[in-house]
Amino acid sequence: MIVNNKAIPSLAKKDMRLDGRGMLEYRGPISVETGITVTAEGSSRVQIGDTIVIAGVKMSLEKPYPDTPEEGGIMINAELTPMSSSQYESGPPRMKAIEISRVVDRTIREAKAIDFKKLCVKKNELAWFVSVDVVSINDAGNVFDAASLAVLAALNNASLRDFDPETFAVDYKSTTKKKLPLTKAPIAVTVYKVGGKFLVDPTTEEENSYEARLTVGSDAKQIISALQKGGSEPITIDDVSAMVDIALEKASFLRKAYQKK
Amino acid sequence: MSSEITVEHRAVVIPGQVLAQGMDYLPGEETYREGEQIRSKVLGLANVNGRVMKVTPLSGPYIPKVDDVIIAQVSDILMSGWRVQTGTPYSAMLNVRDATQRFVRKGEDLSRILEIGDYVVGKITNVTSQNLIDITMKEPGLFKINSGRVIQVAPQKVPRMIGKRGSMIGLIKRYTGCKMVVGQNGTILIDGNAEREELAQKAIRMIEEFAHQSGLTERIEDFLKSVVGEVPETAAPSGDRRPRDNRSRGSDDSSKPSKPFVQRNADTPTENTDKAVDEKGSEEKK
Amino acid sequence: MAYTKRLDGRKFDELRPMVAKAGNIPNADGSGYFKVGKTEAYAAVYGPRELHPRFLQNPKTGIIRCHYNMMPFSGTGTRIRPGTKRRSQEISMVMELSLSPVVDLSQFPNSVVDVFVEFPSTDAGSRCAAISAACIALADAGIRMKDMVTSVAMGQVDGAICADLTYNEEAYDAIVSDIPVAMINGSKEITLLQMDGEITKADLIKSLEAAKDACGKVHKLQQDALEARFPGAGTDKKVDAKEVSQ
Repeated sequence: MIVNNKAIPSLAKKDMRLDGRGMLEYRGPISVETGITVTAEGSSRVQIGDTIVIAGVKMSLEKPYPDTPEEGGIMINAELTPMSSSQYESGPPRMKAIEISRVVDRTIREAKAIDFKKLCVKKNELAWFVSVDVVSINDAGNVFDAASLAVLAALNNASLRDFDPETFAVDYKSTTKKKLPLTKAPIAVTVYKVGGKFLVDPTTEEENSYEARLTVGSDAKQIISALQKGGSEPITIDDVSAMVDIALEKASFLRKAYQKK
Repeated sequence: MSSEITVEHRAVVIPGQVLAQGMDYLPGEETYREGEQIRSKVLGLANVNGRVMKVTPLSGPYIPKVDDVIIAQVSDILMSGWRVQTGTPYSAMLNVRDATQRFVRKGEDLSRILEIGDYVVGKITNVTSQNLIDITMKEPGLFKINSGRVIQVAPQKVPRMIGKRGSMIGLIKRYTGCKMVVGQNGTILIDGNAEREELAQKAIRMIEEFAHQSGLTERIEDFLKSVVGEVPETAAPSGDRRPRDNRSRGSDDSSKPSKPFVQRNADTPTENTDKAVDEKGSEEKK
Repeated sequence: MAYTKRLDGRKFDELRPMVAKAGNIPNADGSGYFKVGKTEAYAAVYGPRELHPRFLQNPKTGIIRCHYNMMPFSGTGTRIRPGTKRRSQEISMVMELSLSPVVDLSQFPNSVVDVFVEFPSTDAGSRCAAISAACIALADAGIRMKDMVTSVAMGQVDGAICADLTYNEEAYDAIVSDIPVAMINGSKEITLLQMDGEITKADLIKSLEAAKDACGKVHKLQQDALEARFPGAGTDKKVDAKEVSQ
């Protein structure tokens, strides 16, 4: 929408947005539901405005990597389904989905949010490996933040399954009270620079007309665990400083929604 | 076997739902007969009109019709014109000679006239059986959009956006001072100062939400009044009073009288907006 | 030992608790949701829209294309790797065949209507839930259809004909047959019929007769979901009826 692409930065200069929101205002309602599917070890459904994503955790017992014989592992994968927007087609993940997967993965992994040592069942032989898949149901913009929140909520919701102590076959119908050892709550927030101003929680149209963006993964102690600069324009150190401030504040705002659920 | 109507007027009906039993009733638009029964073809509102059973669709794609004014987006530049997206499954052709008054040299760079992504207010001049569509911009009120914002609503809601004799759109223009164009394909241009554009957009979204309910004009007027206060009707002529002089305050540009289609609607006064849809439908049949 | 009591305590003709919704995916041209027991389907319809590549186009009518996909965590057991599998391709095809007899896209030559169905969670009967959800989505998208299509997995467990089998029933240690059925609501004509397991002809016909009632229950939910999309519609019935009669 070229005419809107012109309108977005020119409105931003006046601290205005096409949908009438404040620059640093999220769409409502923000909801975090957990335990929404029984087949997953942990699951969540996150809604930010009209953007909806579902995340699910699957766990399996596998041989640890040789360099970390006492640790389990994690893998995060984002799917932008053709169901969620006419922009996406079936097939292998496009760059946007890959970027979301990678940045959310770093946000969780580098924050050491999961105690991988506690996932070890038998040194050098068996440890729990955690896969989190986050799937877009409706992409009305800002799947990035929604995916990060959903992954965290699904991990927090996850419990381990029972397994046969002899054969180590996992009983996927069992439920245990043993939770996944999640120790922190890191969330990735993306701040966009549009018309020289900063905004959060972009709509699809805003995602198509920004100059630069910075994704900041941070935990409750405001320690940054992942950064990703995107967009075609460069940013200054002052920009980074301002964008990180916004991201830290918004991460704690989203964390409240996560803790409230 | 006795004949009877099995739905209430204005009830929501779904595909296959039986609307009437017996041969006393006739299938109208979006309905069909199967044996003794008349059934709906679509999700819509039942319309019981004497012996004829009709259904007014509540959703679905825009069906292009000749003389419809639409807002379309340029998606490709061709040898002698542009391909534009119309919000239907089919793109339309805009020929150079239908786009501008001025002489265009052979081989001239057409992107200097219309660039990919540009929006135009155009009028459909031809629709073939295979839905090949031609549009023109060479009539008063048709132009390239240079400013403002473009939003999309369901095409079924367009009659409500316009209102009877253009009353609804006239109301929004009067209270917001925005120049507005409602394309029959559900694409709407709002052009004015930023705050007022936002207000007009809010009003449009309200109409969209409550389109299937009644008493909407009063509700919208109350809303607009609560934000900007009373605006006398003389500030800009509303469609209700003078349907043939439908110029909005925003469109001072005398070379471009806005809104020919509001007049078109004004020319076919209707009891309510559902009938507006019906009348359009029956025009199509003739 | 005959199957006299169902594993989850249901009556033989009783379906699991069901939830249906319409319009749950705002970006789509039409959307639906159908949950039966632990099987949960989201359906989105995009189109009619331009069909590429060109050789797939039909100049006489639009076509319908279904895409069935289970989310990686939606199965009992280990993670399902994303990507196309023969199973989902086959189900997508039978979905198309079960829906296309009611869909009329003659107004839209050369176009396509895409139906995407995704499952966060499954417990048997997923192709049936997919069809029931997809049909809600198609109606919601304003696609012309001569009727609704409804679908239920019938089955026979150790001699007893049951509606809406669960995964545990499918895996019951006896002679079991699993019969996914889709029916056109008004005519009760069958648009999906598959079977795996063992069954006699007499029991098959009995199962199909029982499917009529089960599909009727699904249809009721589809209708309620689509009506709930337009709250307050028809509140001014009487007023309008008068205006029209004048």
